[in-house]
Amino acid sequence: MLRRAMNTTNDNIIEVHDLHFSRGARKIFNGLNINIKRGQVTAIMGPSGTGKTTLLRLITRELRPDSGQILVDGVDIATLKKKQLYEMRKRFGMLFQKGALLTDLSVFENVAFPLREHTELSNRLIRHVVLTKLHAVGLRGAADMMPAELSGGMARRVALARAMVTDPDILIYDEPFVGLDPISMGVIVRLVRRMNDALGITSILVSHNVEEISTVSDCSFLISDGTVAASGSPAELHSASSELVRQFMHGMADGPVAFHYAAPNYAEQLLGRDAE
Amino acid sequence: MFRETYILLKEFVRTFGALTIFLIDLLILTPSVLFRRFRLVVDQVYNAGALSLVIIMVCGLFVGGVLALQGYANLTRFGAEDAVGVFAGFALIKELGPVITALLFAGRAGTSLASEIGLMKATDQLSAMEMMAVDPIRRVVMPRFLGGVIAMPLLVAIFSMVGLLGAHLVGVSLLKIDVGAFWQQMQNSLDLRDVTEGILKSIVFGFIASLLAVWEGYNSIPTAEGVSRATTRTVVTTAVAVLITDFMITAAFLRN
Repeated sequence: MLRRAMNTTNDNIIEVHDLHFSRGARKIFNGLNINIKRGQVTAIMGPSGTGKTTLLRLITRELRPDSGQILVDGVDIATLKKKQLYEMRKRFGMLFQKGALLTDLSVFENVAFPLREHTELSNRLIRHVVLTKLHAVGLRGAADMMPAELSGGMARRVALARAMVTDPDILIYDEPFVGLDPISMGVIVRLVRRMNDALGITSILVSHNVEEISTVSDCSFLISDGTVAASGSPAELHSASSELVRQFMHGMADGPVAFHYAAPNYAEQLLGRDAE
Repeated sequence: MFRETYILLKEFVRTFGALTIFLIDLLILTPSVLFRRFRLVVDQVYNAGALSLVIIMVCGLFVGGVLALQGYANLTRFGAEDAVGVFAGFALIKELGPVITALLFAGRAGTSLASEIGLMKATDQLSAMEMMAVDPIRRVVMPRFLGGVIAMPLLVAIFSMVGLLGAHLVGVSLLKIDVGAFWQQMQNSLDLRDVTEGILKSIVFGFIASLLAVWEGYNSIPTAEGVSRATTRTVVTTAVAVLITDFMITAAFLRN
């Protein structure tokens, strides 16, 4: 592990080597290799069900791979003990698909939560930091509201404020654009880019919104069938000749990724014996 | 048939083992959580205890009243209606107080604990805590478990007290049993051993009901159906476990 750590070029903050992972009999990753560069916005794309969220859960070690290595700053996260793992997770900020705000705490307390848990900051300072972060996402005025009173877009923005309140090195966004109206979407897209550049953090985005990803990401990985089908800048992916990449980037219904989930013959199923 | 029983037995042993390990983990964490997150524990004592007070007191009052009625109806046949106080006292302090409180607790507080934790899991709140390097066991499960463990003996004491009051109201005020005989006989017959039995039961049931509630919630399948099943299972398993344990403790306390 030490040798691996020394060999790691400092450019890559996260390296995934030959990752294998299955859920039951279903193979999700089959020798996946991904390098995520420090300071960039990296997008992980792919059709639904390819395991994008699973990959995030593997990177943060909520799940453990069947085989293969995941290195964060050259350290194999499989070897970390619980305490070290929690220390490492303090460097991460994560925006969950549905926000995952703590429903028994107000917006203010939700954003203050990581600070109260991990620091000894005075109430005054916490207030200052939390209001600053809420201001950045435009929700300072909603500080006293409860999560149940927020719309989906607002909840996502509060979750974003919470994810960045501890000034993490790596911000992970799980489907940040799903179910947002165009205004909220624009706000989040701009925030992702601005925070990445202003704070010098690394951002990892999981999404299948091709257009938004193209405007915000430096580098994208397209995952399909458990491996990386294509990678590169948005422009490179757009002009790629591979059928799969073209199908995905241009949203075509049929192609290498079949529209239909594996099923028996249509006519037989409708007219066969089972139909009675 | 044999094979199915074997599978069932294996599953039972596996679950029981996992539950035991879960309990040991919780007990190991207890001092640090009590010390560092005292405020959260107090909140949960309020949630599990104070919010259950009304239902506990109302039920206690009526159970005590019924005991006096039944006791009176049957004891008069032997000319022993003065013993209604003893009868109600024994029944409440040794048996009905702890058992009924535990069952009510499972229905009121246990279900709310299980569904709350289950829903937190289903809405990724527990994962979010994990990601913020906050251990959900310490932050969510432990305070709720300890809150229940602390609240239960207090609720049992209140149930038994109010129950005795109910018996007094029915027996003395309504059925005109002599008030001196009612209380004097109870005082003479009930000794410390009986009260200890009741207290021990209340503590053990507190552990059982709280443990099963947080266990079911924490291990629920994170879907609407999974959470609802976990909630139902909390009540059912708590009731069964409490009644079996009650039998065992009663047997252990029997005088030779």
